[in-house]
Amino acid sequence: MSTTTSARSDVPARLPTLSRRRKVKDGMAAGLIGLAFLFALIPLVWVLWTVISRGLPVVLNIDWWTQSQRLVGPLDEGGGALHAIIGTLVQAFFASIIAIPLGILGGILLVEYPENKLIKPLSFMTDVLTGIPSIVSALFIYAAFVTAFGWNRMGFLVSLALVLLMIPVIVRGTEEMLRIVPNELREASYALGVPRWKTVLRIVIPTAMTGIITSIMLGLARIMGETAPLLILVGYTSSINWNPFQGEQAALPLMINVERTNPLPPAQDRTWGAAFTLILIVMLLSLGARLLGRFAGVKK
Amino acid sequence: MSAPSEPVQEQHSIGQKKVRRGDQVLAFLTTGSGIAIIALVVLVGFYLLITAIPSLAANQVSFLTSREWDVSDPDNLRFGIVDLMWTTVLSSVIAMMLAVPIAIGVALFITNYAPRRISKTLGYTVDLLAAVPSIIYGLWGIQVLAPIIKPFGDWLNDNLGWFPLFGDGINSAGNVYTASVVLAIMILPIITAISREVFAQTPLLHKEAALALGATRWEMIRTTVLPFGRAGVISGSMLGLGRALGETIAVTIILSKPAPGTPFNPSIFAGGETFASKIANNAAEFDSPEKTGAYVAAGLVLFILTFVVNSIARAIINRRKEFTE
Repeated sequence: MSTTTSARSDVPARLPTLSRRRKVKDGMAAGLIGLAFLFALIPLVWVLWTVISRGLPVVLNIDWWTQSQRLVGPLDEGGGALHAIIGTLVQAFFASIIAIPLGILGGILLVEYPENKLIKPLSFMTDVLTGIPSIVSALFIYAAFVTAFGWNRMGFLVSLALVLLMIPVIVRGTEEMLRIVPNELREASYALGVPRWKTVLRIVIPTAMTGIITSIMLGLARIMGETAPLLILVGYTSSINWNPFQGEQAALPLMINVERTNPLPPAQDRTWGAAFTLILIVMLLSLGARLLGRFAGVKK
Repeated sequence: MSAPSEPVQEQHSIGQKKVRRGDQVLAFLTTGSGIAIIALVVLVGFYLLITAIPSLAANQVSFLTSREWDVSDPDNLRFGIVDLMWTTVLSSVIAMMLAVPIAIGVALFITNYAPRRISKTLGYTVDLLAAVPSIIYGLWGIQVLAPIIKPFGDWLNDNLGWFPLFGDGINSAGNVYTASVVLAIMILPIITAISREVFAQTPLLHKEAALALGATRWEMIRTTVLPFGRAGVISGSMLGLGRALGETIAVTIILSKPAPGTPFNPSIFAGGETFASKIANNAAEFDSPEKTGAYVAAGLVLFILTFVVNSIARAIINRRKEFTE
């Protein structure tokens, strides 16, 4: 007891404070890191502000959502973006009906069939697809269908190019979700004698369903904003065209790209109006996906 | 007596594998999808190659070393990729150099400084940068951002103009400098996301040990978080580089096309064309297979370039996973 007390008297009452140099360094690092974060927010806020301030007044007109640009001259005001909205939705729809089943089944293969020899090459090729530039996927579709088979340029070819861009998002999203489905669920199902296909379709997939929907929405958000495939694979028209297999078809990014080259105020209004419409659709999809992901995830 | 050999009995024996139609169908569908996805990527390379080869064979100048690009006469194709390669790599590398320090800062802020309660939301906010379509970045970049960052570019040119990269360029803001800044913003989210993920995986014991030894927060980060996350930051940066190399419409909108025959200018204040913008600018010209082939050849180089960069990034990530798991 006494030794401890005497030893304690040697120890300074408080731990030594940090040297000034270390304190300053720590503070500077914290400051720079905080600054970096604020710096990263600037472009986000700035871009959104630009699009909202220039685009919102244009889209508040009901005509914007109910009319096309048919018979609207480059100098005229008025008209709407309905043709472009329809084109974007139609092309995204056809891309989805191909990419969603392929992507989900690919994700199931990666998780539920660990003995399958395709897993390594599939995983690798999904990574390749993730990194493929959209212009390259568009060139591929052009080379494969227009150059080789002599097809005409059309909206459906855009959908095919978008399939390549959407597949990796859904495969990875499905894979990630299936992996966090607890193994106990599968084991319980097998123990009850439920066959594998029924276990996958009735137990595993429903458990991971919201996560899969999240990845579909993120995939849609990605492909709807793509411009490069549109430039190569379809012509622009200012009229409504519901048929992606015939003729020219507008889309929002294409409308922006056409109107932006015209410096007159009505065209610039249309440019930013279309930009606002596009960002609205894409942001709603991404935010919706995030919210869904947060509230649901895997049901436990 | 011969009961055990009866099929009815066999079906009920334990461990007997029954072949179910449903299992067959699902196995067939999933395997089929896997094969389809793999075949798709192989087909991309295949079709790009067979479309490009005739034009490459008919090319009158060296594809890899020529600066010329004149495909107006299908009987006299002259196209080379030197200029495209320079502008593509220059703009993307500068974008990466601008984005990486900021991305590291943002990732550290979210993982180590922000209150835990809001750190997830902050992460989503940065991810939203990735949700903005690239055509909008291009539009905003040339109309809004370019005039504001131009004075800094002019200052660099005035004071460091002796250095070839900062030499005199074009008068408009449609130069590599503007394109790089916009690309940096566009690749920031992917670099941040990957860095954030690895920083968050730093073993808590390492961090606590550093703090217990009296390290300040910054010293703790420098001695535990950064060394642990280095491979992730490098691979995230490479993924960002891959994005920047292939970015099409934003670069197409921003960069001014130089007139044919313009002498080579290494300055970041010069205009130029990247692989992707060259293809996009001439999309309306794909009227003969010879011409198309020339642009597809450029696309093929871009495909290989992004493939190599992304593979390196994946290899780094996967190697690290093997070590830590």
